[in-house]
Amino acid sequence: MNTDLIIESLPQLLHGLAVTVGLSVAAIAGSTVIGLLVATARTSKLPVISQLGRAYVEIFRGSPLPITLLFIYFGAVYYLGYSLNLFVAATVGLSLYHGAYVAEIFRSGIEAVHVGQREAAQVLGLSNSQVFFSVVLPQTRRIVMPPLVGQYISLVKDTSIAFLIGTVELMKVGQSIVDRTGQSVPIYLSVAVLYFIICYPLSVWVRRSDRKVVSQ
Amino acid sequence: MTTTTNLRDAEVDSSIRLRSVTKSFGSTEVLKKVDLDVASGEVVVLIGASGSGKSTVLRIMSGLETSDSGEVWVGSTPLHDPRRAREIRGHVGMVFQQFNLFPHLTALGNVTLALRKARKMSTSEANTVGMRSLERVGLSDKAESYPSQLSGGQQQRVAIARALAVSPRIMFFDEATSALDPELVGEVTAVMRQLADEGMTMVVVTHEMRFARRTADRVMFVDDGVIAEQGDPEQVLTNPQHPRTQQFLRKVLEA
Repeated sequence: MNTDLIIESLPQLLHGLAVTVGLSVAAIAGSTVIGLLVATARTSKLPVISQLGRAYVEIFRGSPLPITLLFIYFGAVYYLGYSLNLFVAATVGLSLYHGAYVAEIFRSGIEAVHVGQREAAQVLGLSNSQVFFSVVLPQTRRIVMPPLVGQYISLVKDTSIAFLIGTVELMKVGQSIVDRTGQSVPIYLSVAVLYFIICYPLSVWVRRSDRKVVSQ
Repeated sequence: MTTTTNLRDAEVDSSIRLRSVTKSFGSTEVLKKVDLDVASGEVVVLIGASGSGKSTVLRIMSGLETSDSGEVWVGSTPLHDPRRAREIRGHVGMVFQQFNLFPHLTALGNVTLALRKARKMSTSEANTVGMRSLERVGLSDKAESYPSQLSGGQQQRVAIARALAVSPRIMFFDEATSALDPELVGEVTAVMRQLADEGMTMVVVTHEMRFARRTADRVMFVDDGVIAEQGDPEQVLTNPQHPRTQQFLRKVLEA
């Protein structure tokens, strides 16, 4: 194994890792906001709103992430006449795509909260949004946390697909080093280890929160 | 300050009036023209078999369900008017069979939530009112406990304290003791009796005939979506006139 090459490439790879982490954080935030909005829409009593939420989920779950990313990037050029910043395009694409999955996780959590909780809060005089944010949402947290973090792990790994539109993140950095040196095995292995280093702590966190749910 | 509060209290109308109220769920007609009056300060107990419609009556009076037709007045609020039905929220108390305490909040957190959110009180102000409310049900020492750390009877008393914290005009109890182990029923009915003695207007759906006999001003027997018989507890429970009431009481007392 060419350890010199790995050591030599490390600064570049770490730079790629920083972009990957930034992309992950931004897209986790984006997909969470989208997920909450879409889940709220899906659980709405107004059929039009809930159908719109459903349509959103079906569209983004039914199309491959690479297509979503390419469509966002080239769609912006085609329809808006200018190209988006590559980081922004990747963040938007990942947020829209993973937002659909996050929405389904939140929806199942919201629906798992017993209707009596809502009724008790209503009689007490809480407004609908107070019922949602003070009573329903805090109770969904325990239910949604394990699947939600699982989804975030998928998202972190999916940031690698942003290399398709040219975002210079970890995967892209690795690939260009391989192109230059022809040393695929040591470089891809290093890239894999770096992904693992971000994903593993998340995985440990899920297991811990899983255990907490059981003990409660 | 005290004078204005008393003045307002005197003006609070906690009477209830239902006229020809109907309600269906799908094709099932649950209420068939219910007429019902509750006077301010009165304690009314609704009895009847499950499915008779007594819980639905309670849920309509507390604003959780809307009637299909007829009139529902709680004080001066017309609950049959969908635009105004919400006005009742925060002015009546409801105690549920399954307690419905918020599991992510402590006993005090449960009791003060509406004060903090709906009434916009500061936390310290809400805590003062909340502690007074917990004292009324004898649980001020459990303020920091979570619902899962309390017995069923204690949970239901916290639920009563939570309802009392907003100074409701009327308290509704929907089979408040049915989910409790028999030895825990007494502590909850004791709190309910104490509220009745303090002059609270109460409508109580229950199978506790002893409670009905000792505490109710009036007992109503609900059968097949109508109030089949009503009167003072002695009359309805000991000497029922309606054959369905006689039949129901025989079954309950045999159990």
